[in-house]
Amino acid sequence: MLGLGKKDTTLLIVVAVLTLCAPFILNPFPAGSAMAQFNAGYPDLMQRFVIFGIFAVGFNILFGLTGYLSFGHAAFLGVGSYSAVWIFKLFTYNVLPAIALSVVVAGLFSLLIGFVSLRRSGIYFSILTLAFAQMSFALAYSVLSNPKFNLTNGETGLQVYTDDPQWFHSDRLPDLPHLFGLSMRATHTMHMGDWSFSFNTGYYLCAVVMLLVFYLAIRIFRSPFGMMLRAVKSNQQRMNYTGLNTRPYTLAAFVISGMYAGLAGGLMAAMDPLAGAERMQWTASGEVVLMTILGGTGTLIGPVLGAGFIKYFENIFSKINDTVLHGWFGFLPDGLEDVMVFIVHPFIGKGWHLTLGLLFMLVVIFLPGGLVEGGQRLARWIRGRRAEDSRRKTEPAE
Amino acid sequence: MGILEVKNVSKNFGGLKALNNVTLDVRENTVHAIIGPNGAGKSTLLNCLVGKLIPDTGSVMFDGQSVLGRKPFEINQMGISRVFQTPEIFGDLTVMENMLIPIFARRDGAFRMHAIESVAHESAVLEQAEKMLIDMKMIDKRHMHAASMSRGDKRRLEIGMCLSQEPRLLLLDEPTAGMARADTNNTIDLLKQIKAERDITIAIIEHDMHVVFSLADRITVLAQGTPLVEDEPQNIRGNPKVREAYLGETA
Ligand SMILES: Nc1ncnc2c1ncn2[C@@H]1O[C@H](COP(=O)(O)OP(=O)(O)OP(=O)(O)O)[C@@H](O)[C@H]1O
Ligand SMILES: [Mg+2]
Repeated sequence: MLGLGKKDTTLLIVVAVLTLCAPFILNPFPAGSAMAQFNAGYPDLMQRFVIFGIFAVGFNILFGLTGYLSFGHAAFLGVGSYSAVWIFKLFTYNVLPAIALSVVVAGLFSLLIGFVSLRRSGIYFSILTLAFAQMSFALAYSVLSNPKFNLTNGETGLQVYTDDPQWFHSDRLPDLPHLFGLSMRATHTMHMGDWSFSFNTGYYLCAVVMLLVFYLAIRIFRSPFGMMLRAVKSNQQRMNYTGLNTRPYTLAAFVISGMYAGLAGGLMAAMDPLAGAERMQWTASGEVVLMTILGGTGTLIGPVLGAGFIKYFENIFSKINDTVLHGWFGFLPDGLEDVMVFIVHPFIGKGWHLTLGLLFMLVVIFLPGGLVEGGQRLARWIRGRRAEDSRRKTEPAE
Repeated sequence: MGILEVKNVSKNFGGLKALNNVTLDVRENTVHAIIGPNGAGKSTLLNCLVGKLIPDTGSVMFDGQSVLGRKPFEINQMGISRVFQTPEIFGDLTVMENMLIPIFARRDGAFRMHAIESVAHESAVLEQAEKMLIDMKMIDKRHMHAASMSRGDKRRLEIGMCLSQEPRLLLLDEPTAGMARADTNNTIDLLKQIKAERDITIAIIEHDMHVVFSLADRITVLAQGTPLVEDEPQNIRGNPKVREAYLGETA
């Protein structure tokens, strides 16, 4: 279907069903219950899941296929956000032109950075991309925000003001990013007994975009182009002596993944019409590397899983505090309760980085293929058990 | 006139004269062997032909065109394919994919942005790759990771990859080095078959005299960066200069 093989079609359908039903799947606990804090089905977070999923899927096209590890991809995301906000300021709150421009500008920007950085490989390439991203950060943070020429609005971040021109804006339209009048913030909440589920326009826009670009990523992975990229990773020498020019292949991969990042940045601005320099910082670039490795480098679904995993931790674990812990361990005798809270305390709240760091280490050491490898092992184990079970049933007892 | 003409090529590495005024003619549709003791400059010479090294002086002409100053991929596109001293294949890819890549390169040139088409739908290329794998007697290994094969199989695959591009000149750097006797004999048979079936010129570097004398139409002996003699195999065998060069180095 859609020019995909059977396995890929199944994968795409599963991902589509999961993203479209996410408001249900991510809110498994009744709204008032103690477990409700583990619910992730609120619009803000769901949007972040898919947006960072897009970012990581794009990053994986570069890193997973060619092996070139960019430490500066957040720069493209930031550029995408700035471009989108400029469309909001100058022309219209309609998100389509904003997103389109984010992709185009990020593509041009990554063409420039990629052209220079790809002259080196390995660690030197990584350092070059990092240097470029930090330069972009500095430009956005201070250089390009002086009174004469204010492109980024510095520390405050770029946002839409009431005296901005917004030439194509009219009073009939919502005063927020919208899709032909349909506000991105519009949310329909459905109550079913104690449960409540939120269906947010912005989330569904992001989800549809993600499905489209995920489909595109599958096509790229299965194309001759994708095969050439894997060949670049495997043996550049053989590529050259086979009559292939590796440079344009890697540059094309770099630009495609830069455009994915720009798309993510544009969507971020479309959900919340703001753009700040911190989006371009090296920690943000590092985060997408973690997402990809955690989920499974070079796999299709891995980066999406990694992105979801990290964003879940960032938003859910960070909200657990000592009061919550006391609630959980309340059934224990007082002294023991305090000890338990004391032990768990460093891993929650602001300590979520610690938990994530430990998990990351465990995954890298025991599951070098990331969460995807974990899933595969689990599946193999279950299949093995089942085969054993059926064998036992058919074999007569001794 | 030869298909490959090397004239007065010299190459120094620091103070070391790896190649010293080498002149060599490879005639079309022959097998030309280059032999010589270790460190004679054989691999260096090959590297100068494929754009990996640029000679300090001299000229290298392939089919009337200079190859000097061209990048390796451009030289390959002119019709020169190379097999390395240690097999260079795409270890992370399957055997089938290894065979597909040179065929795509041959069809589409040095770069093409075919990002939406599916490999699975490229039936002409798939067919061609399968045919070559059958010729190489490794069709049953098509789904294997290339890195997990034996050295002999890797070499075979590499030769197949080069042949699939239908090169006019095939360069082989010690294709049987480190191979078991049976693998060596298989390789000899394969190369004999290639020579018989195709319009192809082969230049081969080899230490194994059995291989050299089974295949070569002409032999050049290289010692310390200089060609000692160039002649037909039967005249090389008894040549005292050659014996001296070899015995002097390897005794
Ligand atoms: N890149 C290099 N830098 C410095 N010296 C080199 C380089 N490549 C080769 N040499 C030297 O040049 C000389 C010729 O080397 P070359 O590899 O061409 O020999 P060869 O005839 O292929 O030997 P073998 O039979 O061992 O493969 C050797 O002394 C070698 O050490
Ligand atoms: Mg050598």
